[in-house]
Amino acid sequence: MDHYRRLNKRVTRRDLLRLGAGVIGLAAVGSYSRAAAPATPTVRPPEPTKAPPATAPTVVSTPGDTFNWKRFKGQKIEVQLLKSPRGDLLQQHQKEFEELTGVTVGSEQIPEQQLRQKQAIEFTSGSTTFDVTQESWHVQKRLFGKGRWLLDVRGYLKDPTMTSPDYDWDDFSKAGLGYATQADGRIDTLPYNIDYWILYWNQGLFQAKGVQFPKTLDEMVEAAKQLNDPGKGIFGFVARGLKNANTPVWYSMLLGWDVDGIDDKGEMHTDGPEAIAAAEIYKRLLKDYAPPGVSGFNWGECQTTFSLGRAAMWFDGIGFSPPLEDPRKSKVVGKVGYGVPPAGPKKQHSGMFGVGMGVSAFSKKKEPAYFYCQWATNKANQARMLAAGAGSPCRNSAYKDPQALAKPKVSKEWVDCLLASGKIGRPGLPVIIPVTEFRDVFGIALTNMIEGADPAAELKRATAEFRPVLEKSERS
Amino acid sequence: MGRSTEQLRVPAVVMPRSRVIGGRAYARRGKYVLFIMPALILVLAVIIFPWIFTVWMSVHDWDIGMERSFLGLENYTKLVQDQRFLESTVRTLYYTALAVVLPAILGVLAAVIFHQDFPFRGLLRGIFIMPLMATPVAIALVWTMMFHPQLGVLNYLLSLVGIPPQLWVYSRDTVIPALVLVDVWHWTPLVMIIVLGGLAALPTEPYESALIDGANQWQMFWHITFPLVLPFLMVAVIIRTIDALKAFDTIFVITQGGPGTASETINIYLYLQAFAFYKIGHASAVVVVFFTIIVIFSLLLLYMRQKTIWT
Repeated sequence: MDHYRRLNKRVTRRDLLRLGAGVIGLAAVGSYSRAAAPATPTVRPPEPTKAPPATAPTVVSTPGDTFNWKRFKGQKIEVQLLKSPRGDLLQQHQKEFEELTGVTVGSEQIPEQQLRQKQAIEFTSGSTTFDVTQESWHVQKRLFGKGRWLLDVRGYLKDPTMTSPDYDWDDFSKAGLGYATQADGRIDTLPYNIDYWILYWNQGLFQAKGVQFPKTLDEMVEAAKQLNDPGKGIFGFVARGLKNANTPVWYSMLLGWDVDGIDDKGEMHTDGPEAIAAAEIYKRLLKDYAPPGVSGFNWGECQTTFSLGRAAMWFDGIGFSPPLEDPRKSKVVGKVGYGVPPAGPKKQHSGMFGVGMGVSAFSKKKEPAYFYCQWATNKANQARMLAAGAGSPCRNSAYKDPQALAKPKVSKEWVDCLLASGKIGRPGLPVIIPVTEFRDVFGIALTNMIEGADPAAELKRATAEFRPVLEKSERS
Repeated sequence: MGRSTEQLRVPAVVMPRSRVIGGRAYARRGKYVLFIMPALILVLAVIIFPWIFTVWMSVHDWDIGMERSFLGLENYTKLVQDQRFLESTVRTLYYTALAVVLPAILGVLAAVIFHQDFPFRGLLRGIFIMPLMATPVAIALVWTMMFHPQLGVLNYLLSLVGIPPQLWVYSRDTVIPALVLVDVWHWTPLVMIIVLGGLAALPTEPYESALIDGANQWQMFWHITFPLVLPFLMVAVIIRTIDALKAFDTIFVITQGGPGTASETINIYLYLQAFAFYKIGHASAVVVVFFTIIVIFSLLLLYMRQKTIWT
């Protein structure tokens, strides 16, 4: 009873005074503790728009200093890689870097979508768990550039104590250097890999019907028509129809009119006559000569269809040669032709997409992190990438490397196609911040076209929908 | 019982307001408060704070990498006018209705069957609940291959019985029912387990009486089994409804919301806004609206469950 009475006692003024005094006392003790505590690093609050300094940190070097790989011996860096065969290669040879520099590397590979989310969140929070990361230029270049999230390495590149004398900056392809350089001249990534879009063609099906490899987009439509034989389960053409994934297909075709969907000044050309003409070709190829259900196809379904000999042509990125030439996964081994994209009415271009490697602007170990980027993009690693068929390196020397060419896991025709594509490469997506939303909005329009919608009306609608998004991003 | 109730009532009415005793009580209560502090801190950190932060973000125009500015309720008014969001809401409700009703019917049916005594019942029951143990993403990848219109096993099976090939998830018309098919395969065993538990707990007397009165099997099921098992079924329906409303992984892996936006549910829409377009403010407003929808559904279902409890 007594106990219950005590529990139900109301709070009096005296109680409140006691409580207040206690709180003040605790606060005072807390302040004293903080003041008395040794200085420790504090967690920085999220500052999404606050950028670190654009310039590279000052490197202390004196005349006569020479480059020394062991300069940062004993340090440890964290490397975040895009999950791919190229990531596998770097991890396989990681020991080489560790022995060369004495720097310990912790590396992980993360799938593309998850990596992009992780990067955005960590960079926005102003603190990154990685020192080195990779940037998909075609999606992230402007965003990373705007946030100044990666270190401008121009200072390091000019510094003989920081960049190895045999690094050979001029060895990188023009396309790679262009992608790696921001509009204001900052270089925040080192060129690593460029993916070109090509036309895979089934030589057996072409020969059986006596059809020649198409040189123009119109010829490609005609070839698809001739090779299309749905009764036998053979389709003239296959490409991505799934929204978002399909936008580069149309955009790459549009380059044949010598038109960028969004130009350097931010002007949209996505509902003009050229864009409509390219969309008409896209619609015709996918609606009339592609397998039923193609509006839900991503590259995975396209690859399956082509590798089982069900499609005569497949328009996609250049990186699919290894699975197409693997007898365990493909029925078209030895029959695959690799051709540059057919020309449009005005130009012949190959849509290009690429990946660079950079140092987090928030890293506390920028110097050893830069050493890693330097090693990963050196001549030896670029040649390894080509030899393993893991990608298309940005260095010209890789394609002349006798060792790499002696044992490539891909055919000579593929290498020739890659070199030819390099000469006609042009960004396969606009270099803007909301590029994913661009892909989404126009992707829906393209999917609607496959299902019968009018290209002009769809592009007009999509352009009107996307324009405010672009304007907002350019304005901010 | 009566005495203890009496004891409890007295102090509430005649409690003297002694300051001395009250001081001790306060001190004692203070000690009790210490016991709940860990839980309180945890709840504040992982539930209350994220919620307040989400609501705060929802009233801002905040895209990752850009300046943040206060918008008030503009994100919400935009949502109401956003055709794509409204369509995704309707689609979510359509998907949820199918993904709850079908497993509920099939789950009850399976439970009634497995409640009977027959050879290898345990083994077959084990096989039946195996889909429950599979990872949603792995399931989605396997079903993606099965759905392939030219090369998938489902069309091959249909061809064996003379049915023409279907487009499954590759057509706007059939994508939602096809996705529900995956959900039904995955979650019917859960309903079955819950209902089976309910069947095992049923009293035998009503059945004995019914048999004496000459009731047939259907009458016994409809008038005795079903009403008695309904509270258990309602639990399963509540779990399934919340789960179906939240469905994301299988849809994203199989269709990414396509073709076009034909399978874009609120979750997919939300994911795109937050993690593909980085529109954090707009996405937070979607979260708040979506949470409200889920709470309304949950309350409605809890009310219905109360109505079905045995009295």
